[in-house]
Amino acid sequence: MNDPLWLMLVKGVAVFVVLVLLVLFTIWFERRVVAVMQVRPGPNRNGPFGLLQSLADGLKLAFKEDITPRTADKVLFIAAPLIAVTCAFTAFSVIPMGPEVSMFGQDTLLQLTDFEVSVLVVLACSAIGVYGIVLAGWSSGSTYSLLGSLRAAAQVISYEIALALAVLAVFFQSKLLSTGAIVDAQAEGIPFSIGSLELTLPGWYFLVLAPSFVIFVIAMVGETNRAPFDLPEAESELVAGFGTEYSSLKYASFFLAEYVNMVTMSALCVTLFLGGWAAPFPSSWWPAANEGWLPLVWFFGKVLAFLFLYVWLRGTLPRFRYDQFMRLGWKVLVPVSLVWLMVLAAMNIGLDTGNELPTRIAFAGGAAIVVMALIFFWPSRKPYDPPSEPDTGLGGFPVPPLDLTVPPSPRGLTELEPHETAAAHAGGEPATDPGTRDREPFSGSQATPKTKEE
Amino acid sequence: MIVDLAQSVSTGEAIAFWILAPLALGGAIGLVLARSAVHAALMLAVTMIALAVCYIMQSAPFLGFVQIMVYTGAIMMLFLFVLMLFGRDSKDSMFETLRGQRFFAVCLGVGLAALLAAGLAHAVTGLTIAEGPPGAAGAAGDSSNVAAVAESLFTTYIFPFEVIAGVLTVSAVGALMFTHVTRKGDVRGQKQASRERFAPGNYPGPLPGPGVFATSDSTATPALLPDGTVEQQSLSEYVPPRQLTPAEAAPKPTEGRDER
Repeated sequence: MNDPLWLMLVKGVAVFVVLVLLVLFTIWFERRVVAVMQVRPGPNRNGPFGLLQSLADGLKLAFKEDITPRTADKVLFIAAPLIAVTCAFTAFSVIPMGPEVSMFGQDTLLQLTDFEVSVLVVLACSAIGVYGIVLAGWSSGSTYSLLGSLRAAAQVISYEIALALAVLAVFFQSKLLSTGAIVDAQAEGIPFSIGSLELTLPGWYFLVLAPSFVIFVIAMVGETNRAPFDLPEAESELVAGFGTEYSSLKYASFFLAEYVNMVTMSALCVTLFLGGWAAPFPSSWWPAANEGWLPLVWFFGKVLAFLFLYVWLRGTLPRFRYDQFMRLGWKVLVPVSLVWLMVLAAMNIGLDTGNELPTRIAFAGGAAIVVMALIFFWPSRKPYDPPSEPDTGLGGFPVPPLDLTVPPSPRGLTELEPHETAAAHAGGEPATDPGTRDREPFSGSQATPKTKEE
Repeated sequence: MIVDLAQSVSTGEAIAFWILAPLALGGAIGLVLARSAVHAALMLAVTMIALAVCYIMQSAPFLGFVQIMVYTGAIMMLFLFVLMLFGRDSKDSMFETLRGQRFFAVCLGVGLAALLAAGLAHAVTGLTIAEGPPGAAGAAGDSSNVAAVAESLFTTYIFPFEVIAGVLTVSAVGALMFTHVTRKGDVRGQKQASRERFAPGNYPGPLPGPGVFATSDSTATPALLPDGTVEQQSLSEYVPPRQLTPAEAAPKPTEGRDER
């Protein structure tokens, strides 16, 4: 990474522009895809296929009145969206988007910067980005905002642990912490043979580290506060969560930060587990596919696939309850990650051919035994056995008696004769015996609705 | 000696230092002077981030980013989490709880500063300026920052590392023990709650929501305007309007079977 200063500036501006365009595209994409899932057209008025809808919305948002609540902590109220947006954009700087290309006569990587521990930049930025959300809620001086930010703090801390543990497995496997180097390490396939059939499996880590990949994808949705984990801004419970008091450009910045975070997390997942910018087929098929500017297509294709996953989740899954969400994070994702890391370490020592044979057998066998024990002794749910006789309310949930007759409505009783009304009020007897009543109790469904002509 | 050390830094490092040092110092001073606890916590976060950037500048990027992730991202966030629960307007009390507390604090503070300065001076005297970047002359002789940190952590400092790990585990378990409360009685499950709700004599329906002034939740009770007249839109064209007697309008409790 020895680019001249002007090239760094060009790349920085390019990353910024790409991210903003992707955000505009993703908002439109999300609305269209959710619309298709809900069998309706979605935004289709502004520009071709409604593509300019999010631009129009963004401009409208920018020209709205900017309200600062009287109870707000002024400095932090302004600083919070700035922190969120800055961290979101900074995190993308280490994502490799392509191999070395010639840009204005200068050979350079399609990546703003890369160094020894660049994966940590993304994690550090997402850790600081939470401050934006948390401070937004606190400084608004509103209860809904505060509750939203408390949720955000708890949620992001707990899911960051699972996320970091999943990333740790990649570090274990590749012995590298640099995004560019991890992409390069995935380029080589794994030789694999069944009998006489020689195969080369893709070296992408989603195959070798499948549990980590699953955990990463779940934790990344939790980390970006997206549905079904969008508890900090649960509109059915907290109005708009941490963003309740925000308006105009400040609100737009949170929106921007959320979508940029989605893109960054998708890009990080692609980088760590899906081979980064490498083409999704063996390089022997089309060697030129991994050279020059073409890998941008593969990279953004994979990122878009993940963005589609985000939208798909939002379109299909209901929001988690808070305690279920926390239980998933702490009692499932974190323990599974820890056990998987131990198994992975043991397997790596066991498969290392430099070790003595007993050591290799002990470690690999131990790892296998742990996995088998987990599979066998995983606590399963108590199976539901249907009750042998129908629930009459005494043994189980209270249910209405099966021989229930509806008592007469007090409104219907007005049209009865006075002595019958008295009888109806005397006790429950007339209600259970239809013989003492000469007409059905009045109910709304029996009324003949007046038509408009009358 | 220190002057020599100071002159050996490159221009970029010097610029970064003069940006970061005031930030770190300002954060530290702000932490002490801030009235609101949340502001103080944020000032501490600023200091931590400035120090982390200093580490990164000193060719220790791993240490710097781990400092940001762990200290700023997780630990300070937990602090903030607790502080935010106190409410926004709680300020520090300036009342001196212990007599002469400030005087002793100043004395001890000056003493600590003197100790630290003496220790630092002792440490830097007799140092020679290394040729080339610090990573090449690192403890492990390896250019990899991560490997060097790992090697000294798991060889030279393995005992302190294990002791700290044990202490932290004990403290975490202890915190759990302190916050653990044995539940009184059994958990009231969904079935139990439902049975209680439909128990004889209890009104099973929901009460009117907060802010609703209603003497009855019957649909036959018309809505009243602020001046006390009946709002015509609240009357159904199909239901004959009628003022219910109080006995009719009262919520009906469940009639249990055992009452029959």
